[in-house]
This record gives sequence, structure tokens and C-alpha cells, in this order.
Amino acid sequence: MIRIERRLTGARWLVVAVPLGSLIGAAILSSMILFLTGHDPIATWARLLDRGFFASGAMSATLVSATPLLLTGLAAAAAFRMQTWNIGAEGQLYLGAIGASGIGIALSGQPALMIIPAMVVAGLAAGAAWAAIPGVLRAYTRTNEIITSLMLNYVAGLLMSYLIFDSHSYWRDLSSFTARVFPQGKYLSEAGSWPSFVIGGIVIPLGLLLGMVAAAFLWLVYTATRFGFEARVIGDSRAAAHYAGIRTRRKIVAVMALSGALAGLGGASEIGDFRHVLDPRGLQQASFGYGGIVVAALARLNPFAVIVVAILLGGLSNAGFSLQGATFPAGLVGTLQGLILFCALGGELLVHYRIRIGRPTRKAPQLGPAGVA
Amino acid sequence: MINDSVLVVIAASAISYGTPLLFAALGELLAERSGVLNLGVEGMMLIGAVTGFWAVQTVGGPGWVSLLTAVVVAALAAAATSSIHAFLTITLRASQIVSGLALTIFAGASGLSSYIGHVANLGGKPARHEFDALNVLGLRDAPVIGPILFHQNALTYVSWMLVALTLFYLYRTRPGLHLRAVGESPGTADAMGVNVTAYRYIHVMIGGALAGIGGAFFSLAITPSWLDGMTSGAGWIAIALVIFAFWRPELALVGAYLFGAFSSLAFTLQARQVHLPPEVFGSLPYLMTIVVLVLVSTGWARRRLGAPASLGVPYVREER
Repeated sequence: MIRIERRLTGARWLVVAVPLGSLIGAAILSSMILFLTGHDPIATWARLLDRGFFASGAMSATLVSATPLLLTGLAAAAAFRMQTWNIGAEGQLYLGAIGASGIGIALSGQPALMIIPAMVVAGLAAGAAWAAIPGVLRAYTRTNEIITSLMLNYVAGLLMSYLIFDSHSYWRDLSSFTARVFPQGKYLSEAGSWPSFVIGGIVIPLGLLLGMVAAAFLWLVYTATRFGFEARVIGDSRAAAHYAGIRTRRKIVAVMALSGALAGLGGASEIGDFRHVLDPRGLQQASFGYGGIVVAALARLNPFAVIVVAILLGGLSNAGFSLQGATFPAGLVGTLQGLILFCALGGELLVHYRIRIGRPTRKAPQLGPAGVA
Repeated sequence: MINDSVLVVIAASAISYGTPLLFAALGELLAERSGVLNLGVEGMMLIGAVTGFWAVQTVGGPGWVSLLTAVVVAALAAAATSSIHAFLTITLRASQIVSGLALTIFAGASGLSSYIGHVANLGGKPARHEFDALNVLGLRDAPVIGPILFHQNALTYVSWMLVALTLFYLYRTRPGLHLRAVGESPGTADAMGVNVTAYRYIHVMIGGALAGIGGAFFSLAITPSWLDGMTSGAGWIAIALVIFAFWRPELALVGAYLFGAFSSLAFTLQARQVHLPPEVFGSLPYLMTIVVLVLVSTGWARRRLGAPASLGVPYVREER
């Protein structure tokens, strides 16, 4: 007989073993899918790892893919910690990109020292504002934030398409005949390109550094401030928080805005570090928002772990992106991400419970509230 | 002629656009009645869309055989997909929210459904057979009700029977009573001798099967072809519909057609030379979903009438 018992104390080694095991489990399961559909799993994996991490320039490209994942991962971690389910990081990232590129265009001709901070602020603000909508609806009308934040992803995507493809908006380049026939955004001036740093031949984008600062900030907020403490209380029990006099409504809006700001910064970095133009199709194909959920879950909502996981999964999506075509089936990256999440969720059981095989033994002595038998 | 008037055209297409929503919402409703929230509807619909389309392209024989097989394949494939969620949340007690999201990432656009579509090379091809609108009792041309009620495809009529069947099942049969008990108070149901785990597994998988049929409706009736991510959020709207419907099948029907109307409005009005950016029409179903949810979440509806009390809570027999 198999029984499942709740662990009284957390097992520390499992905190590392579960995410690692999840990655291995997902690799095995996806190899089975590859094999069943007539692909050579080992060759596919070798290509994936090579293009993700080892080929020349691969690591730099991976860090570019990891940057938005780091920020959307932090966005998910910030909200999920409080059991507030912001699934709208995708749309908040789009809004961040719209805001940052808008400011970037407006300030073209100004020095970088002025444009870049303005883009960062615009990205943060636009993402926060977009996320505040489901936050306010959740807090004041008790509307399910999962669905509202998700619906807003589609609206944000359509808004972005409208700005470039179906209007003569401020974002759209109308300066030449070709630009009018093949719609594209206005390119930012040279000074609007974010600086990057080269360490050991690997290019580190500014957005990644900002993301690391944000991770440290988030950790500090959740471990060392009253705000973070109250958010955790709300996460554990909304009723308890209410009785403790915590203003839950404000906190929900604030946490959603914080979460959205992080995703919005991801959008700003996409513009400043990488694209230098509002590019609706490219952003939508990348689906960073949903990737962020995978990152946060695998990192078990720990901001520092988010950094490591984002780089790992960034490599995966970078490799998938550069390999896409005849030799590499599209859809594999999402499939893998899903499998990683499933394995992580399954492994979570082991963190909280222990599995006993065999007949029930005599009842263990009951521990009193103070841990005294 | 009156049958060409805007209102009749919108009503008729609201039903055809609402049908996949209705299938998916009925499925989610049954799963939630058992206490399991499954946010993977979008992913399961896309699995249904791709496997159904694949079946129609591969299975020979007359059109109806091919289409029937496609629907069965779509239902089975999506039910199998939903069993992952069932295993994780019921047996392994994982968070229903995260597991459902994982299911959508795993199966959805640029996930497994996209993988299958690319491996089987389905993109950009017209369906060999599709669900055509029928001429029921020869009443297709009857004024007003003709195009609305008698000129729909077979799956739409099936969905109507399904609403009646679900109502009967939930409120007039013993298993339906047990299902409601499992959703309200699994501990009590367990004490009554109802197998909570089995009820939850079965209804999550029925939910998956219906979502799969809803997905196949996209690739076999609405746009008879396969496109990555072709349901574009219908699965999420279906989840919202269950809340809108207060977990009642008959209201799910009303809601599905309401949202069907919003979705079809874009095409109907554009065909009539109403000039607005396509994105405005495109965002209508999503914005209306938010508006409608806000309305049902406030005021008198605030007590979440009809929500199964144990929705989202894993049942742990040892900790009862």
C-alpha cells in the first residue's frame, strides 16, 4: 500500500533536487515525443544545447532571450507569492514596449543619458498601469484576475498591431514609400540603443543587469519590508490578513502594479537592448509572458533562482528560435516548457509530502503545538 | 429579404461562433462541478483542433465517416491531454491553477498542438471535408427562424442536445447528485460512499473531450483549415463563461451565443462596409468578457451563486 504523509519539516535537499529532477524528467519525456514522431532525440538535444549555449555567440544570444524571461519570471513570482494570479505579463510586456519605444521616438536627438532612463521609466509605468486594471477589478469588484489579465493580453497584442499595421500612428514609420507599403515602426535613434557590457567575450545586455537588480530588490521587498510581510500574510490567508487589519485591496493593486512594472521593463529592454523598433509580430511570436510563468514556477518563486532558470530557459528559446525550420519542429519549445512545469509540479509533492510504501506502521507520537511529544 | 437583415445574420452567426464556446464551457462546467478548475481549456481546444483536422485529412471513406472519426479523435486526444491535469491535481495534489496554465503552455499555441501540426505538415491546407450547414426539415428559408434555427451544422444540434443532457444529468440522476456533492463537500460525499477520485477524474476527462470537440469545430467548421493557435483565446472565454453562467448549463448556452455574437460582429459588419479598424472588432470579445465578468462579480451576484464550494481545493482523505 502506498501512502502519502505530510512532511512536518521541509527537506532542504529537495529544494535543489526537485527543479533539477524536473529538467531531467522533462528531457526524458520530450525525447519520447521526439522519438515517436520520427526525430532523433539525441541529435535534437545536441543541436539544442549547442545553439543554446556552446556555439560561438550562442551565450550572448541566450542572454538576450533570457532578459525578458527574467523580468516576466520576476513579474510572475512577485504576484504568485501573494496568490495573486497575474497571467497578463505578456500584455504588460507589450505595453512596456509601446511606452518605451514611444518615449524613445519622442526624445530622439537627445543624449543617451536622457533617453535610456526615460525608456526604463516608461516601460515600468506602462506595464504597471496595464496590470493595475485587473488589479483594481480584483480588489474592488472581485473579478477573477486570471481571466481579466489574460483577456488583456489579447487586447494589448491587437493594440500593438493597430499602432503599426492599421493606423498612421505616431509609432509607425511613414517616411518612405516602402515603409508605407510594408508597415513597420519608427526606428529609435542611435542614442536610444541600450549599452551592453562584454565580459569574457559574452555580451551582457543592460536589461539583464537591470533584471538582476530587480531580482535583488524583489527579494528585499519580500523578506525585509512590511509590504512583503503583509503580502505573504495575504497569500497565506486572505481572511487572516483581513482580521489583522491589512488593507488587502490596496495591496492587491500594488502587487499587481509591481508585477506589471517588471514585465513592462522586460518590454522596454526588448526595444532598447534588442529590437530598437516596435515590432508586434516578433514580440508576439516570442511569447515571453507565458515563459515567465514557467520560469517562476521552476524557480519556486525565489527571485535569485529566477535568474538562473531564466538563463537556462532563455537558452532553450534562443536555440529553438535559431533552429526553427525543416530540421527542427516548431512547437517543441512550448512542449518542453509545459513538460518542465508538469515535472516541477509533480516534484512539488515530494517537498510537502513523503511517500511511504508498505503497511501502515504504528501511529507516530503526535507532536504538540510547541513540538513536544 | 428579411433573412438578409443584419440582425438575422448576426443571430445566425452568433450561434455558429458560439458553438465551440458552448462545448468547451459545458465541459469546464462539469469539471468544475466536480471541484477541479482546469485552466487548460485553450490548450485542449487546440489539441482537438489539430488532431481533428489531421484525422479528416487522413481517414478515408465518405465525408460523414471522416468527420465523425475526426470528432471522436479530437475528443479522445483532448481527454488524454486533460488526464495529465487530472493526475497532477487529483492524485499528486498540485496547484490546479499552475497545472492548468502548464497544460495550456504544453498543449497550446507553439506547444504540442503546433508541434503535431508541423510534424504532420497540416498548415495552409483546406480541410478535405467540413461541417456544412444543414437544411433541417427544409426550413432553411423560413423567415427569421429559418437561418437562425434550421440552417446550422450537425455539431450545433449536438450541442443543444448536450445542454439538455447535462441538465438532466446534473439535476435528475443519481450520478449527477453525487457529482454535485463531490464539488460541494467531497468529505461528505466520501462518507456517503461516493468515490471522489473517480468522479473527479471522469469529469475532468469529459471536460477535456468536450473542449476537444469545441476545438475541432474551429478547424472543421469555422475556418476549415489548421493554423497555429487558431482558437485565439476561445478557451479562456469558455472559462469565463462558466462563471458568467453561475455553473448552470442553460445559462452557458445563453452566454456562449452572446459571446458568439461579439466574435461574429467583426466579420458581419466588415462585410457590410462598416469602416473601423479590424483590431477594434477583434478586441471586442475580450473586452466584453471583462465587462460581463465585472458585472456578474459585483452586487447581488457577489456571493458567487452556484460556485461549487470545494472548487480548486484538493481532496486529501487522510486530512479530512
